[in-house]
Amino acid sequence: MNLSKVSQVALAVLFSSGASFAADVAPGDVKFQDLAVTTSLTGVPGNPEEGASVFKDRKLGNCLACHANSSMKSELFHGDVAPTVDGAADRWKPEELRAIVTDSKQVFGSETVMPGFYSLNVGVNVREDLVGKTILTAQQVEDVVAYLATLKE
Amino acid sequence: MKKISLAIAIAATAVSGLAFHASAEPVDEQLFIDGQEMISRAPAPEGHPFDEVLSGWLFREAETRAAEADSFANPGMLDVERGEEIWATVEGSAGKSCASCHNDAAETMKGVGARFPKWDADAKRPIDIELQIDKCRVDNMGAEAYKFDADEQKALTAYIKHQSLGMPVKLDLSEGEMQSWWDKGKDVYYTRTGQLNLSCASCHEASMGKYIRADHLSQGQVNGFPTYRFNTGGLVSIQNRFRGCIRDTRAEMPKAFSDELLALEVYVTWRGTGLSVETPAVRQ
Ligand code: HEC
Ligand code: HEC
Ligand code: HEC
Repeated sequence: MNLSKVSQVALAVLFSSGASFAADVAPGDVKFQDLAVTTSLTGVPGNPEEGASVFKDRKLGNCLACHANSSMKSELFHGDVAPTVDGAADRWKPEELRAIVTDSKQVFGSETVMPGFYSLNVGVNVREDLVGKTILTAQQVEDVVAYLATLKE
Repeated sequence: MKKISLAIAIAATAVSGLAFHASAEPVDEQLFIDGQEMISRAPAPEGHPFDEVLSGWLFREAETRAAEADSFANPGMLDVERGEEIWATVEGSAGKSCASCHNDAAETMKGVGARFPKWDADAKRPIDIELQIDKCRVDNMGAEAYKFDADEQKALTAYIKHQSLGMPVKLDLSEGEMQSWWDKGKDVYYTRTGQLNLSCASCHEASMGKYIRADHLSQGQVNGFPTYRFNTGGLVSIQNRFRGCIRDTRAEMPKAFSDELLALEVYVTWRGTGLSVETPAVRQ
């Protein structure tokens, strides 16, 4: 592999979705304390509208696969594998929601069915093109957390 | 405090879930195929995580259930008929068909679909119907093994299993090394795969009876395979279904008939012990 190939690969890794940016907290460096993550993963405030799109997008959060959400009534087919997220912000503080979305296993235990969206603690035989990548980017996690923080009853 | 609110949230889902789906329960109905009663609920064998094993039929919508109950409405029966033709077709250098040696499948193949996979002493590994067909084609007919999921492979497998329609699934784990393959299959079943970090049990055990998006999660039984799927308009083999479920966890798919998937087939078949063979079952 010559030098320009190496830098092409490096660039490809940097700009492909799921790869972390230099300023982001790396998946392995996220600090969980008392079932919460107090520091933002990016330092950039989350955008709740973006977060709502990530929440319903089947290729991104696909949260509706498992969670019903009354504020997304127009979306077809809400799953019920998990409790509804209605009123999630009444039950959890933003830093707790960040911990749940980043790596649910840190909060609910290793048996939970919920995937870790910014974690490299994943299953075996990960699809080759996804090795070393998280489901969501750090900013997408911040956006989803900002969205969840609006879900009050 | 948090525990209590979570419990309330779960109770609320049980109610609000009704707004999205007809029912989260498997139906309380009895399956008759052309009037013949099927065992679609059976007491689980010892060591099984559930008390009762449930046919996937109980989890499907009314029209899908109706299509399986009537063989004229079941499009999979056309594949079974195709299988019957292949059964009697001469192929390979020995100039033989399946029928040359096995005669009338209604007699000689009855029960085969209920007790496979079985131990294959020659290969020193379990053998399922698809692999047995290949074994006979290669060793007894001088023909080639089928490519995985060739239409002929699926049709002939469905034809053979259909000869056991209604008979309860029962494997003999005392043959050869079947027990250690069962153990290996169990490991595979509970191993989380892929970026989504899910095992078969995450969906078909922990979430059985729930909806994942539009899909009503069943116990993931194989007693109706190959199944006819309206979605894809054709038969789906067991190993294809396994590969699809693994792919959905964002994992690499193991090769068909690999040790891993064969062990899984042994174990998952055992998890359906006592259910009637329903081949070809109908799915949406
Ligand atoms: C494969 C199923 C699955 C998916 C997909 C999933 N979750 Fe969950 N989630 C669960 C389960 C199950 C629980 C309940 C905790 C437990 O029992 O393990 C849960 C719990 C939660 C909770 C706490 C429950 C409460 O009180 O509101 C929140 C918040 C949450 N998930 C958010 C999300 C978000 C946001 C996404 C998408 C980025 C998501 N989940 C995707 C399965 C899932
Ligand atoms: C030349 C004779 C011959 C032909 C032709 C032949 N088989 Fe066989 N078959 C056998 C013999 C012998 C066995 C038992 C030993 C073994 O498993 O190989 C057997 C076993 C089987 C079994 C397992 C039966 C049981 O009770 O466990 C199945 C299923 C089967 N054959 C299907 C087929 C199919 C399908 C074809 C056509 C593609 C076919 N055979 C063609 C000789 C034949
Ligand atoms: C993300 C959830 C999920 C996981 C993980 C999963 N499946 Fe499935 N599976 C489904 C869904 C959804 C269906 C279609 C609805 C149903 O029958 O449950 C299905 C269907 C099946 C069926 C067909 C059942 C029938 O009656 O037609 C089998 C067999 C099956 N799965 C086996 C497995 C095995 C074995 C594994 C582990 C390798 C596995 N599944 C992992 C979601 C999953």
